[in-house]
Formats: sequence, structure tokens, C-alpha cells
Amino acid sequence: MAIRSFFLFILFFSSSLSPVFSLYEDQVGLMDWHQQYIGKVKQAVFSSQRAGRKRVVVSTEENVIASLDLRHGEIFWRHLLGADDVIDGIDIGLGKYVITLSSGGSILRSWNLPDGQMVWESSLQGPKHSKSFLLVPTNLKFDKDNLLVVFSNGRLHAISCIDGEVLWKKDFEAESFEVQQVILPPGSDLIHVVGFAALSQFEMYQINAKNGELLKHESASFSSGFSGQVSLVSTETVVALDSTGSILLTISFQDGKISSQQTPISNLVEDSLGPAVIIPSSVSGIFAIKTDAVTIFIRVIGKGNLEVVEKTTHEIAVSDALSISEDQQAFALIQHASSEIHLTVKLAHDWDGNLLKESVKMDRQRGLVHKVFINNYIRTDRSYGFRVLIVMEDHSLLLLQQGEIVWSREDGLASIIDVTTSELPVERDGVSVAKVEHNLFEWLKGHMLKLKGTLMLASPEDMAAIQSMRLKSSEKSKMTRDHNGFRKLLIVLTRAGKLFALHTGDGRIVWSYLLRSLHKSEACQSPIGLNLYQWQVPHHHAMDENPSVLVVSRCGPSSDTSGVLSFVDTYTGKELSSLSLDHAVVQVIPLPYTDSTEQRLHLLIDADKHAHLYPKTSGALSIFKREFSNIYWYSVEDQNGIIKGHALKCKCTGEVADEFCFDTRDLWSVVFPSESEKTIATVTRKLNEVVHTQAKVVADQDVMYKYISRNLLFVATVAPKGSGEIGSVTPEESWLVAYLIDTVTGRILHRVTHHGSQGPVHAVFSENWVVYHYFNLRAHRYEMSVIEIYDQSRADNKDVWKLVLGKHNLTSPISLFSRPEVITKSQSYFFTHSLKAIAVTSTAKGITSKQLLLGTIGDQVLALDKRFLDPRRTVNPTQLEKEEGIIPLTESLPIIPQSYVTHALRVEGLRGIITVPAKLESTTLVFAHGVDLFFTQLAPSRTYDSLTEDFSYALLLITIVALVAAIFVTWRLSERKELQEKWSFYSAFASQSTFSSLHFSDN
Amino acid sequence: MEKGKGIMGSGRRWAVDFSDNSTAPSSRDIPDPPGFARASVDQDDSTVSRQKKDAESNWKAQKAWEVAQAPFKNLLMMGFMMWMAGNTVHLFSIGITFSALWQPISALQGVGKVFEPYKDNKVDLLGPKLLFIALNLGGLALGVWKLNTLGLLPTHASDWVSSLPPAQEVEYSGGGIPL
Repeated sequence: MAIRSFFLFILFFSSSLSPVFSLYEDQVGLMDWHQQYIGKVKQAVFSSQRAGRKRVVVSTEENVIASLDLRHGEIFWRHLLGADDVIDGIDIGLGKYVITLSSGGSILRSWNLPDGQMVWESSLQGPKHSKSFLLVPTNLKFDKDNLLVVFSNGRLHAISCIDGEVLWKKDFEAESFEVQQVILPPGSDLIHVVGFAALSQFEMYQINAKNGELLKHESASFSSGFSGQVSLVSTETVVALDSTGSILLTISFQDGKISSQQTPISNLVEDSLGPAVIIPSSVSGIFAIKTDAVTIFIRVIGKGNLEVVEKTTHEIAVSDALSISEDQQAFALIQHASSEIHLTVKLAHDWDGNLLKESVKMDRQRGLVHKVFINNYIRTDRSYGFRVLIVMEDHSLLLLQQGEIVWSREDGLASIIDVTTSELPVERDGVSVAKVEHNLFEWLKGHMLKLKGTLMLASPEDMAAIQSMRLKSSEKSKMTRDHNGFRKLLIVLTRAGKLFALHTGDGRIVWSYLLRSLHKSEACQSPIGLNLYQWQVPHHHAMDENPSVLVVSRCGPSSDTSGVLSFVDTYTGKELSSLSLDHAVVQVIPLPYTDSTEQRLHLLIDADKHAHLYPKTSGALSIFKREFSNIYWYSVEDQNGIIKGHALKCKCTGEVADEFCFDTRDLWSVVFPSESEKTIATVTRKLNEVVHTQAKVVADQDVMYKYISRNLLFVATVAPKGSGEIGSVTPEESWLVAYLIDTVTGRILHRVTHHGSQGPVHAVFSENWVVYHYFNLRAHRYEMSVIEIYDQSRADNKDVWKLVLGKHNLTSPISLFSRPEVITKSQSYFFTHSLKAIAVTSTAKGITSKQLLLGTIGDQVLALDKRFLDPRRTVNPTQLEKEEGIIPLTESLPIIPQSYVTHALRVEGLRGIITVPAKLESTTLVFAHGVDLFFTQLAPSRTYDSLTEDFSYALLLITIVALVAAIFVTWRLSERKELQEKWSFYSAFASQSTFSSLHFSDN
Repeated sequence: MEKGKGIMGSGRRWAVDFSDNSTAPSSRDIPDPPGFARASVDQDDSTVSRQKKDAESNWKAQKAWEVAQAPFKNLLMMGFMMWMAGNTVHLFSIGITFSALWQPISALQGVGKVFEPYKDNKVDLLGPKLLFIALNLGGLALGVWKLNTLGLLPTHASDWVSSLPPAQEVEYSGGGIPL
């Protein structure tokens, strides 16, 4: 009854208040944080502007172009191009336009350098796909207009730098012509286009830059063919490798005549090496080749004479050339040496002399240097100084100047693959990490300010100070567990193979670890991180152990390469152990069982459908054996349109005989007809979701029993024709089918067809409902549907006395092989936005009502009450239904501007939303990631179990003290008065009686 | 005082009465000093006439009946208040309901005390007491009825299953799209 009245209270509150969960302006940043990143830098161009703040323009692998402050590394402006709008090249034109070439060379854009506004955009089409080049010559004028030269899609374009107009174009239609370089010799009006044709033909075109006229076309045949890229060593000489990778071809085309020279690599270096590749570089006169272990720098002397200048086995990175004066080019070279990196800046024609040689201490967790960009500046003594921008293996970006790291950006966080959370250490003596207050004076000052604020005496400056104090409260960024469970560690795995632990309080990086197992090695050629799982969450038995996470990775892109497991301690960020598996990892199934040390049992399925149990301990094995016959697994083969269910059979037979390996057998399969259905989305419930109750009480005190199963799979299929872009098919040809499948028995519990609808489908599954989002072609609008599943076989449990006495079987374990009788209720609504992600809030006990978190196309997160997606909504709800909180049915879902969780911010490139329950039942933690990161706390039913942050404890205390004082004073007063009254009463009577007795005696 | 008159009649000018008057009724005019508790209660009722006693017991019986009927007024009042409060759960209606429940309970607890003043050998208090109890029980019933109309009584199946955790499933299945 207590719970019931509690519910009624909640109901009352939620129905009396409009569902708006906005914040006030001064609450921004109290519980949320937002971090902006750009991703791994592909290309960087330094702005040569003399005046104003120094800046560098970068393009990244996340398709971001950004202008960064060269002094601090902050973002001036940033644009995220679409996911399929890959940036091919950037440059700065006329000193004030940033020119970008993207989408395989088909879109050219110009942006204003100071503020990032787009100036113009041109679409460049061409006859065929090819490499693309963007050249911004400084001296090529055409009617006072600077020209841009772009080669893309097999066509050479000359484009006006001012308005993006195509001035001329020239096709290179020869079938097999593959462009390799586009060269603009300085000080001439010629463009050289060189490339290969038919594998063994070298072609050179000379074009007039003024009008695109073909001046000369030469070709030469090389019987040995070519491999890989070419390196440009001068404006008229290129170096290429033959198809075996062992002979260097020096091809020069001076005055339009092609001449060549062949030099076997073995002539240059004594010991024979494996096949080499050319490292592209633009330093004149020098090129580099790389074999398995050795990097060789070779100088070209005169006409094709080669000379080795350096041979190194260290990892090395070279920058592009930087002209520092008329005829001098400098370039930077970075070599690794244990915990340091050595930076050398050399002149192109003088290998042995160094302009600059510095050593910088480098954090090992950043890995190797991947890219170097060099820039110079003039020191006060008129000599040249150099600064270099380096991109590390973990995708971070650093600026080195004068032997120091000036700034660094952790841009690896722009490409998060997977997220999990970990608790912080319990507060104990010696564990407490954060220092609480600096000194007594500061503490007093802070409280004085707060008091002033409460009494409304604070000046605007004081208010600002109070606000910054609130934001920087040390309470939220402590390194220990808190009572409400707001402080946690977010463990994220990035594409670079680095693990970061972010503090939920302020988003700072607590530790980072570049996974050693994800380093390239002999056995593991191109390791990629796949997923992150909670491996050990100590709470009951193993309190002294640190929690750890499991990182599953694979030695290559194909699914049959062997897997690697790493176990990382989440308190220290150290790798506990790593396992190189001798089998592939196709699926990882965390089981709902833990062993005696709270390690979660995981089942890894390999390519041959063997199941491998981890951890490989006898304790885990005995737990597993006990549950052996109850463990099933399923696989979704979305290519073939088959969903298969499997059961475990027996120990592995054959060569992989191992105690922890099990054979499996096929149990069932659901085959979707390939001519009419194609799987596009599957979703299940989260394994760790907590459901409070199985009953749903409806308006007239009736009960509906939810069908709550962990083993339900939602599958959405579309017509194969309709799997393309929205609008590519007519409504008649397109349909969407939603299935609910029991993954133990393969039973299809529900199937519904939406005619005239199309993907992409975003779905979320929670408790007994699934919500999915798709496009309705007939209505030309997005739609969201909800399906709720109820268990009809339990519906008879309505006898109050049986329930009072506990004589029911509602909580006894059930088998899915018993035939369930389910009914479903569903409803559809229009929705304005297209979505990027969808999630649902999750709380510790599952009592709090739920909100859907929708990642909109505008990169924001919108919270929508689940009450809006209730299949019991009707146009005219009865009074009882209204009391229950049912909202009258409307055709579309409302978007309340105040319910944007991200308020005014945007999470650029939003990819995922993760919700984690806090210990406080009303609150859930939300982490949204994309190129940016955003974290906040949400209370879907408001914080009914805690006082709000702006609650005035001082006022409460003062009131209590005043009340106690008043009680005491009045008690004393009343006591005194009582005594006085008694005395006066007695004396009055006493005098009266003496008087009367005297009077009587008178008689 | 009659004693004084007798003494005066003998023509004495003044007298000091040294006799202990503590048990005499005349001394009751003078209140006891604070803190003094008279140990012995005067039992002697001989001066009160029998008629007066009858009248008093009549009066007591009448009064007891009146007291016994008092909750009826209360009941009407409560009924009115409840009607005013309406059938939705909010602070006012909950307060009314709980006071409607509390009043009869506390009254029933203090039945003996309420009828203490009217206790008499001659007076039969059983009738008034029964009426009093019945009326208070009626008030209690009214409160419970109100509680029920507010929906705060667990009389439905939904009240007993609303916090039942979901049933455990024997089987477990995991998997999905290959990594």
C-alpha cells in the first residue's frame, strides 16, 4: 500500500506538472559537460597571415575541417561534412579562403578563413573515378583571378578562386589512364599530368594552364610495370617502383621528352630486402622507400643517379617540404627513441646539416608519430624558428615548439567505438584523492559569497564568482564513489585502440592506455578493437579487487582472423593480462553468471561455431556446467536473411580438444524470403536492465501482465528494393516488416507489416516494449511505432485473497518452452525528425518512468516521455484514463524545445547514446558521443527522492534553530506565568479567608 | 460557619480557633497551598441530602447520554467535510480522511475517561457507552469508506501484484549480428 500511495503521488505530480524538464541558464554546466574534438588529422595547412592570431586549418578522418588556434589548440571554427563526404584535400587560397575538395573529388568548397562561413561550392563531375588532386598555385593568374587546379573524376578543372566558377576543363578519357601526379612547375603556365596507362605505360600530358589546351602528350612503355605510388622528386622527375617492388624507376620528362633509368634497390643497399613501397613526400631531390623493417632515404643526383643518404630501422615520420626562401626547402623528420622523440629539421639539398635538432619527452601512451606538419616563423633575431604539428598513433594532435609540447588535443576521443562504465573506489582512509578545500580563508570567502548570493546582496561580479564556484565544485570531481552514484568512470575504446577513462563529474581524462595488444606485430598485422565488456564488477565477495574491463579485438578486418583479449584494470588503467586467441571471435556473449571473484562468464563463438568459455577457470566451468542445458545462442546472418538458433552440444572434438570449448548444434532457423525481405535492424533488451514489476495497472484497477523476457529479439526487414535511399522506391514497392522473435525457441511472437514504409530503422527495446523509427513513403513523413507485449496466460491471476496469501505462481521461474499466450498492442505516430540514434533511460530499480532519448539529425539529444508512445492512447480518454496519465492521442509526437537534453549544445557527428543508472533511483546518467562528447544527468520523473541542488539548507537550518529557540523561550515564559498565577491566586484566597474569618470573629 | 455563629451567640469578643480544621468542610474554602496534596478524601456525605443526590444522579445520567451522542454531530460534520474534499488524492482529502480515522480511534481508546465524571453507583453507564462506541465505530467506518473511495485500500488484485518482480527465465540466449 505504501508503494501504491507512492505511485499515486508520483502520478499526481506527473499529471499536475507539464512534462517539461528544462534547466535554467545558470544550471548549464553544473551536471553536464561537453567536449569538442575533430578526429585524426589528415592534412594541416598553416595560415600565413601576418596579422591576427596564428591559426592552422586541418582536415580529419572524421570529415571535419577546422581552424585551430596555433597558440592554444582551441577550435576557432569547425565544420563536420557528411559521413560520406570524405575530404580529399584542403588548401588556403589567396590567404583568406580555405579550399576543400571532398566526396571523391566531386565537391569543391571555399570557406572564409577568419570565421568559417562558406563562400561558394562547386560540383565537379567527370567521366570516371580517379584519384583527386587539389592545387592552389600562388602565381597563376587569369584576369586578375587566381586559379585553382583540380584533377578529379578523370577530368582536369581550372576554377576561379573567387566565385568557384569552372573556367575550363579537360577530360582524360583514355580508358586505362590512371593519374598519379599533377605538377605545376613554378613560374610557368604549364600543367603536367602524369600517370600510368594499361599497367605498363607511362603517360605525360602537358597542358596550358591558361585555357586547358593540350600542348604535348608523350608516353613510354615499361615492360616491368608499376606498383604503388610515385614520388615527385623535382618538377620534372618522378620516381616509381616496378611491379615486383625491387627496382626503382627514375622517370624524367624534361622538355616533354621522357627518359628513364632503372636502379635495382639491391644496388643501393647491400643486404637484400623484401618488396618496398614508396613513402609519398614532396621534398625535392629526396624520396623515401620503406620495406618491412627499414626506411631508406634516397637522394636523386643529376639525371637519375641515386644515392642512399640514410638507412634507419627506427620508426620515422617525414613532413612535406616547406619553402623558407626562394630556393630553399626545409622538412621535418621525427624519429623515435624509447621515451623520447627526436625532431630534426633539415634543408632539402643538405641532408647532413641540421637546421634544428630537438628531443621531446613523449608519453608512451601516445604511441608512434603518424604525421608531421612543419611551419616556420621568424624569431626576434631574424633567424628561422620551426614549429611542428604531429599526429600520434592514438590520434592526438600536438604542437612542438622549442623542444616542448606547447599544446595537445586528445582527438582520439572523436572516434569512440564502445563505451562501458566502472565504479570509482570506495572512500577510505588513504584512498581519497581530491583535496577538498585549499585553505580556511578561501573556504570562508566562498561561504561569504554564497551567503551574499542567498541574501541577494551579490554584485554581478560576485554572481559570476559564485557561478564559477558552483561549476568547479570539487565535490563532483572527486575520485571516490559517492552516495548517489553520480560519480563514475566512463571507459571508452577509441578507433585508435586506446582506452580512456573519463570522470563523469567533469569529463577529464583520469587515465588513458594504448592497448599493447592492438599494436601491430608479426602475428597480428592490422589489429582492430571491437568491443568492450565489463569483466569483473566486484561488489559482494571480492570487494578488495579492482574492477576490470575486457577488450575484444581482432587481428584483421575479416571475421575469421584470430582474436585478442585484453583485461584492463579500471582504477589504475594498467593491462592485467592479454590473451592471443588461437580462434576467431565472431560473437561475444556475456552470460548472466559470475564466478566466485565476480568475474563475468563470457562465451566466445568462433568462425566454426564452437563456443569457448572465458575465464578459463575450473570454478567458471562448474558454474557453466550447471547451466549448460539452459544456454542457447543465436546468429543473425543479415546477408542471407537467416536467423539461426543454436544450443550447446558437447565438448569440442578434433584438433581443438579443450575443456572450455564446446560444440554447438543448430536448433531452429527463421528464413526471410530473400526476394521480399532484407534484414536491416535487430535489437534486443540490454542485459543489465532492471525491471521493477511485471504488472501494469490500468485505469479501472485492472492488471495487465507484461511479457518480460531477456530473450526477445526485434527484427526489422524491408523490401530489397526499398533498402536504398529514402524516396528511391514507390510506396507500392516498399514495405517494412517488424518481428518479435523468441531467441530460445525461434518462435515468432508477433509480426506486423507497414506497407509503403522504408528504412533506415532505429529501434530500442526495453521491458516489454519496443519503439522503432522509420519513414512512411505514403505520408512523406517519419513515423515512430510502439509495440507492447502482454502475457495473456497470467491474466487470470485476479483473486485478491490468493494474492494476499501468496498462493500464486507469478514469480516462479518459467521456461520459454512452455507455450506463451501473448497479446500485443501497438500504435504509430508521426515524428518530425530523422534520427541518428535512439536510447532509453535506465534507472537503478526500474521504478522511475522512462524517457526515450532521440539523437536527432541536428546532432542534439531530445528526451521524449514514453507516455507519448503508449498504445493505449485514445483521442478522447475517459476520466479514469486521464487520471492514470494517458495523453489524448495526436497524430504526431510533440517536440518540446525545453526537453532537449543537450540544451543549446550540439554533439557533432552523434553516433551513440548510452544511459547508465545512478544509485539514486530517480536519476540516470546519459553519455552521448560522436565527434563531440556530451554527458548529463537526467531525472525522467524529476528528482522525487532528493532535494534539488538549489534547495536552501541554510534557510532550513535557520528555521529549525529559530523554532527550537522559540519553543524554549515560550516554555520558560509560560512556566513563569503559571507560577505567578498560582501565587497570586493563593495569596488572594489567603487574604480573603483571613479577612472573612476576622470579620466573623468581629460579630 | 454555623460553628462560629454558636460561638458568637455566647458573647465572646474574639476567639482563636486552634482546632485542626483540615478535615472540616469549611476549610475547603481556603485552597490548599501549591504542592500540597490532601491524602484523605472526605467521605462523609452525610450533609448532602438524599434528594439532592437523586437529582445529581439524574443529571449525570442525562449528561452521559449527551456525551454519548456527541460523536453523532461529529459524524455529520465529518461527512460534510468528506463530501467537500472530493474523491481525488490530494493533501486536503488525505488530511480529512486521516483525521476521520484518527478521531474515532482516539475516542474509543478513551471511552473510560470520557465517562469518568458521570460514574455513579446509581447511574447505568452501559447504554451511553455502547452508543458512544457505536457512533465512533460508525465514524471509523465512514473514514475507511472514504479511504476506499480514494482508492487507498488494497482491495484490488492490482494492489498486490504491482510490486511483484518479473519471473525468472530458465533459459538464456545471447548473440546477434556477427562482430
